[in-house]
Amino acid sequence: MESFFKLLSDAIYYNLIREQRYMLFVNGLGISLQLTFFAAILGVIIGLIVALIKLTNIKFLNRIASLYVDVIRGTPAVVQLVLIYYAILGSSNLPKIAVASIAFGINSGAYVSELIRAGILAVDKGQMEAARSLGFSYASSMRYIIIPQAIKNILPALANEFIVLLKETAIAGYIALDDLTRAGNIVRGRTFDAYTPFILVAIIYLYITTILTWLMNNMERRMRQSD
Amino acid sequence: MIKVIDLHKSFGDLEVLKGVTTNIAKQEVVCVIGPSGSGKSTFLRCLNLLEEPTSGEIFIDGISLMEHRKNINKLRQRMGMVFQQFNLFPHMTVMDNITLGPIKLKKMPKEQAEEKAMELLRKVGLPDKSNEYPSRLSGGQKQRVAIARALAMDPEIMLFDEPTSALDPEMVGEVLNVMKQLAEEGMTMVVVTHEMGFAREVADRILFMDDGVIAEEGTPEQIFSNPKKERTKSFLSKVL
Repeated sequence: MESFFKLLSDAIYYNLIREQRYMLFVNGLGISLQLTFFAAILGVIIGLIVALIKLTNIKFLNRIASLYVDVIRGTPAVVQLVLIYYAILGSSNLPKIAVASIAFGINSGAYVSELIRAGILAVDKGQMEAARSLGFSYASSMRYIIIPQAIKNILPALANEFIVLLKETAIAGYIALDDLTRAGNIVRGRTFDAYTPFILVAIIYLYITTILTWLMNNMERRMRQSD
Repeated sequence: MIKVIDLHKSFGDLEVLKGVTTNIAKQEVVCVIGPSGSGKSTFLRCLNLLEEPTSGEIFIDGISLMEHRKNINKLRQRMGMVFQQFNLFPHMTVMDNITLGPIKLKKMPKEQAEEKAMELLRKVGLPDKSNEYPSRLSGGQKQRVAIARALAMDPEIMLFDEPTSALDPEMVGEVLNVMKQLAEEGMTMVVVTHEMGFAREVADRILFMDDGVIAEEGTPEQIFSNPKKERTKSFLSKVL
């Protein structure tokens, strides 16, 4: 029993206390959250635009939107991140975290666009007809009638997408961004103990995703008041 | 008021309207009857371009709809439409359903729009439902709100697409009463319906449609008591 406590306190000391290693985790978490936050915003904006383009009949734009979705869904996120970092944005002066946010946002946008498209298509087509018959244009019908209803369809899937996105940012280490996962890796490199840092990292991710799930459940419940 | 000339509409290979020509005068109440698949609803939906006609002309007060497609949103404000499935906006209260159009499209101040909505709700007998969501209303109540929503835009013409077909029998009366009142006030109305009693009592003119054309038209008296065409007789014998 005594030796177990000794092991545990040693593990905590070497992985967290010594050289203030806990700061690696704290800063890493900060990076991961920032990445997720900005990528989510960008992803929703791109997703909405792409979804609306796909719902119109403008052939040229339609084809570009489809190509974008196919390329993003058909290639690994790590490859996209590295390519965008080195080939496209590596030559600019943007900070690494901005580049990564853009890369993750572009990636997420493809998935979000499909969610939004499906959510909009799920709104009864009588709603559009009723709005148009009152004299609303296609765009205002979308804005006042269709999209508010689609959001209710989309929200649960979108919450899931944000959780996926948070976990996806774990590959940010590939472009030498010190996110939460990389913090675990750095500590492991110093202590030669793989379990303690990564179990800690796993618990932190789990904690954040649980909060996200809880938040979204709450919001969904509030939006359901009209049912 | 509405002039329709040789209206054709095809969905792919299926020709639904095969040349419909008619005039609807101001304050006239026209009921369109006929077997299902005869093109009644398609005809009605062409009148506000919810369906794009394949060929033919529609004039509203002398303005060609086909030539003024770009202004269709403005023209649609002059024509209210009531649907079989009500199509109320489920994410808004009854009040917001009714005031959305006047506030956003006519730039009416909110208080004025709400005052008007309350007046309309009293007219359709639902003044106490203004803060309910549509899901809390019965079918008959939903349809009456839908009528109020259309009226809030001050339309000159009201189009009804089988307004009572999705209702439980005991709720049909309350909706027809509102429509009757509207007719008595002089609203120009085109009503696609299966309610022969209503058509007979309220309509100034009946259009009997069959197989994409107006097979016979006349006053309710002529159509219901003295149908000339065999098709009309056989349809009426099935529904009366």
